[in-house]
Amino acid sequence: MSSTKYILGSFADPDDMMHGIDKLQENNISIYDCFTPMPIHGIEAKLGVKPSRLPIAAFCFGITGLVSGISLLYYTIVYDWPMNIGGKPALAMPDFVPVSFELTILFCALGMVATFFFRNHLFPGRAPRVMDLRATDDRFIIAIDAKENTDYEKINSLLKEAGAVDVLHNERKYVSYE
Amino acid sequence: METHSHHYHTYNFSEQFEFSGKAKVLSLVGILIGIVAIAYGFLTGGHIQVERTYANLLLMGYYFTCVCSAGAFFVALQYVTQSGWSAGLVRIPQAMAGVLPVAALLLLIICATGLFSGNLYHHWAEEGLTDPNSPKFDKIIAGKAVFLNTPAFLLRQIIFMGAYSIFAIIIAKNSYKEDLDGGLNSYKKNFKLSAIFLVIFGFTTPIWSFDTIMSLEAHWFSTMFGWYNFAALWVSGLCVITLIIVLLKKAGYLAWVNENHLHDLGKLIFGFSIFWTYVWFAQFMLIWYSNQPEETIYFYKRWEPEFKPWFWLNIIINFVAPVLILVDRDAKRKENVLIFVCCLLLCGHWLDYYLMVMPGTVGEHRGFGLIEIGTALGFVGLFTFLTLSKLSKQALAPAKHPFLDESLHHQI
Repeated sequence: MSSTKYILGSFADPDDMMHGIDKLQENNISIYDCFTPMPIHGIEAKLGVKPSRLPIAAFCFGITGLVSGISLLYYTIVYDWPMNIGGKPALAMPDFVPVSFELTILFCALGMVATFFFRNHLFPGRAPRVMDLRATDDRFIIAIDAKENTDYEKINSLLKEAGAVDVLHNERKYVSYE
Repeated sequence: METHSHHYHTYNFSEQFEFSGKAKVLSLVGILIGIVAIAYGFLTGGHIQVERTYANLLLMGYYFTCVCSAGAFFVALQYVTQSGWSAGLVRIPQAMAGVLPVAALLLLIICATGLFSGNLYHHWAEEGLTDPNSPKFDKIIAGKAVFLNTPAFLLRQIIFMGAYSIFAIIIAKNSYKEDLDGGLNSYKKNFKLSAIFLVIFGFTTPIWSFDTIMSLEAHWFSTMFGWYNFAALWVSGLCVITLIIVLLKKAGYLAWVNENHLHDLGKLIFGFSIFWTYVWFAQFMLIWYSNQPEETIYFYKRWEPEFKPWFWLNIIINFVAPVLILVDRDAKRKENVLIFVCCLLLCGHWLDYYLMVMPGTVGEHRGFGLIEIGTALGFVGLFTFLTLSKLSKQALAPAKHPFLDESLHHQI
């Protein structure tokens, strides 16, 4: 049994990479993931990536912000220290709108950034997980799980045929820690 | 015949819309209903009914002009932002902008005849209001007379709407010239013209809405009113653009416009409906909070029993409905959902304008009947007839637009 964990096809051109994905899929070779330095239109559909769940997270953060805003206002100006402002009732809804709205947006925005960082293992001082360093620069990478797809010769030749500049057999998943 | 290959598709960009059949008949029927309703309003009742007809004419004339200028604004915005996504569908707002001169002329006639016959704007234009010796003397109106007087009012209307119309015509002309000549010359010219147009439009539309609508209740003023009207103009304009595109697609045209473009239009409608609410609420809350009688009178009138249900319905249709319906990604990509939302919002903004115009003109004599529905149908018919005739005269896509290829590959 080989010690290869992942096979990476490294392309210099996004169209070649898309062609490579087609070739592999035609031969029933499952693709672990693709890494590109820029967004490629249509790649999610091709790889069958499920729609992001980030909107659900955003909704939850938004609701949290809304509830926080209303609670803060209710506690301060209705329950703890009601004040007479222009003769209006302490619990007046138009008052509540701006603060609740702003806190909804704030929680939503910060929460989504935090979710993004958490999901991508990005924290200050931590080496980012990258399977190929040049995928953030000028290469388009197709990663194939070598434990699931064992016909290495075929994978090599398919990638080369599709126009891969390099085919790497990596024994570790992430190279960025080395 | 010009063709363009895009992977597997070939599009015929010289395709032209054929204006005939049901669309033509229905728009002519609409115009006829409008004429009957307006004639009925003018001829069969007393002076209150004439005033009510004028109020409706102003409402629809303003709505019509707003939607056409939203077309010009859309086209100019695409040039200035150098947008690629919209290149394939820009001929629709361009056709709307092409009708702007007619709409502007019509609104000018309505304003001028309403003003001179004393049916509109009599709140500030009546004889004696600015004369200190007259029993009718009104100190507030006299203080505003430098700005709000008949010659200045008409001059501003002519200059503003004239300027919008001229820019709309020249920009469209350059775009049609591009179809014949190709190259970047037309695009560069239009970029410059659009930038100038947007500056003029941005600074003058608030004043234009102060004149046309806000001066109906000349004692009251709100600096938010111009942005509030702009938001309504832009949302309703976007709805009309989307509606025409979806209906054209259903009729088999515009094959190069797909759900990605509709998604973008849906996002604009969604976002600007929220913007409309934001400005509406900002105006409401500041007045509610400071609670000064000369300002609250505006909402007090709209809080009377005959307007209160409509006041709330306005918020439900124009804010709650688009937010709940369009928040989902897939909803913005479905033709039928968009048709429903666009029709709903167009009715909603009619109601919005109704609540701006009626309390300050006919007040408790307001109504909702043949005059309202007929006038609205008449203007819808007129708009449809003129816009579709304009659209049918040129190719449906700007075949030599520098960003057309980007539009074909648009994906979100």
